[in-house]
Amino acid sequence: MNKSSLTLPLEFELNDINNNGLNWMLLTMIRIREFEEQIATLVQQGDIITPCHLYIGQEAVATGVCYALKKDDYLFGTHRSHGHYIAKGGDLKAAMAEIFGRRTGCSKGYGGSMHLVSPEVGILGTSSIVGGSVGIAVGAALAESIRGSERVSVVFHGDGVPEEGIWHEAANFSALKCLPIIFVCENNLYCTHMPLNKRRVKDNIHDIAKEHGLETTVVDGNNVLDVYYAARDAVSRARKGQGPSFIECRTYRWRGHVGSNYDVDLGLRSQDELNTWMKRCPIKNFSNFLVNDGVMSSVELKEVWQEVSTEISEAVSCAKSSPFPDISDLTKYVFKEGGRS
Amino acid sequence: MTVKSYAEAINEAHQQLLTEDDRVFVIGQGVNSPWCVGTSTLGLIAKFGSERVIDTPISEAVVTGAAVGAAMAGMRPIVFHPRMDFMYLAMDQIINHCAHWYYMFGGKVNVPVTIRGIINRGNEQAAQHSQSPFAMYAHIPGLKVVCPASPYEAKGLLIAAVRDDNPVLYCDDRWLYETKEEVPNEIYEVPLGKGKICREGSDITVVAVSYLAQEAIKAADLLSNEGISIEVIDPRTLKPLDIDIIMKSLEKTGRLVIANPDWPCCSFSEHVVSMILKTNFNILKSPVQYVNFPDSAIPASTPLEKAYFPDYTNIIDAVKKIFS
Repeated sequence: MNKSSLTLPLEFELNDINNNGLNWMLLTMIRIREFEEQIATLVQQGDIITPCHLYIGQEAVATGVCYALKKDDYLFGTHRSHGHYIAKGGDLKAAMAEIFGRRTGCSKGYGGSMHLVSPEVGILGTSSIVGGSVGIAVGAALAESIRGSERVSVVFHGDGVPEEGIWHEAANFSALKCLPIIFVCENNLYCTHMPLNKRRVKDNIHDIAKEHGLETTVVDGNNVLDVYYAARDAVSRARKGQGPSFIECRTYRWRGHVGSNYDVDLGLRSQDELNTWMKRCPIKNFSNFLVNDGVMSSVELKEVWQEVSTEISEAVSCAKSSPFPDISDLTKYVFKEGGRS
Repeated sequence: MTVKSYAEAINEAHQQLLTEDDRVFVIGQGVNSPWCVGTSTLGLIAKFGSERVIDTPISEAVVTGAAVGAAMAGMRPIVFHPRMDFMYLAMDQIINHCAHWYYMFGGKVNVPVTIRGIINRGNEQAAQHSQSPFAMYAHIPGLKVVCPASPYEAKGLLIAAVRDDNPVLYCDDRWLYETKEEVPNEIYEVPLGKGKICREGSDITVVAVSYLAQEAIKAADLLSNEGISIEVIDPRTLKPLDIDIIMKSLEKTGRLVIANPDWPCCSFSEHVVSMILKTNFNILKSPVQYVNFPDSAIPASTPLEKAYFPDYTNIIDAVKKIFS
């Protein structure tokens, strides 16, 4: 796609995807949105201490990509990975408990918001070092390449990561070794406080990826179907041993870099820009399309929102009533002890 | 048992590990390059193929990350750096990812990777091609650090490191590559966290690391001619540290020299002394003597270099200072 052709309203094109798939995508995006909205409220109320980097506005990226994956495919994420975790099938209650610092959390309270894990669905952990998980995602792909399996490794990263050296090393190395990895660049136009045009001479991340030898596409990251189609092609190539891909998803995070504010108040971006992107809401546009296309009725749509809202509220109550980690376990997980695997 | 050099012992450990376990693979820069790894991995590609013995571009960060990620995904990689100096480029992967991962996720994902940091110095290689900063790594929770000082240790420690469920930094020393001794032909482990008494003695304990363990043995032999009885202890594993073996020796001798080829400030040597004093404040009869690198970068010119790197003569001087 052409970068300047981000349309409004979003145009959805059905291509080999059934109603179950469409419903799953909508449900997943709503779950992410509702999860993050409730967290935003809890952050404002001071109920959550761990720094939360909210994914609101980018739901279509995680959802579209994860629909193309199998349960045992690997996912590596970032400091902003609540959405990736949910889309890959991580347990909501375990994530919420982790964000509340509880023993029942997915990382038993040792990780917090930025370090979610769920090995049973291929999430071996998310890193809060910008670019940090790119290297280990290459490693998971290398492991599968040596084993000769069809499992693929997906790494989500922001548009700031191609400004880190390891990204270039990773792109070159995975192309050189023809590894089954997919780099999903969520270009939300900001890296912490800095807009793209203050960090790069050119808006050309995908060109550089291509020059490194990655099969490269650019998609509207707010269009869940477009993201899915790109991911499906990339995954298919990786499974066939045809090497790594790079998908640049053009999108926008509604909230600020961290916490529940919008960063407009800090003068980091304009209300007009935010409004424009909010009109491009990945969920609202997609649900309008589904209702107009007869996939679901507006009553059913409301029900989905209500069910999800209840589900998230339950996760919050469950987290709040869970025990904190035991102080006597403070140094329990420094080394793995006992029998070897 | 066969007489093998240190380099041959490392090479044999690699071969036996690659044969024993499909999950083991080797990755690093210059598998067949004499100026990267000497002969320590020579012939591995021919025997095990380039899928499992992977030569890489000079991309320390991603190559280390790849080994770390593969370990998370259930493999048992050995990633090597031709010099410890170059490992600095992979520090984020080693510390923030490899070492912290098991803890950060509440024990859900362990990282059974062996990072081989090769020490190469001498011949005027200067400040960026000569370092052995053990303490920097021993400082990090979640990382084990081993420093083999002989062919027997080199083989057994590498096997134990790869079989361990945790990340292990294995620091082998090119100055020891031609050192020879009898080494078992079969696969065996030198347990991590266990030191070794290299020479028994009763007057002074010398705790000596890496090539300085060999130098300490030389010093002990020479000093025995003068009637001074030295006990040489090679901790073998800097972390976890076998403090018991050192305490037992000090109960006998009450005097201590620490010979450690690293810088002095916040060092392994200082850590050993602090552990000793914490355990038994009154155990030492005289001040500790340190044999280590000066607190400076490493010079090139031969006379400067000769003054910089300690050997058995510095250990003898340190012992004599205690008795002066």
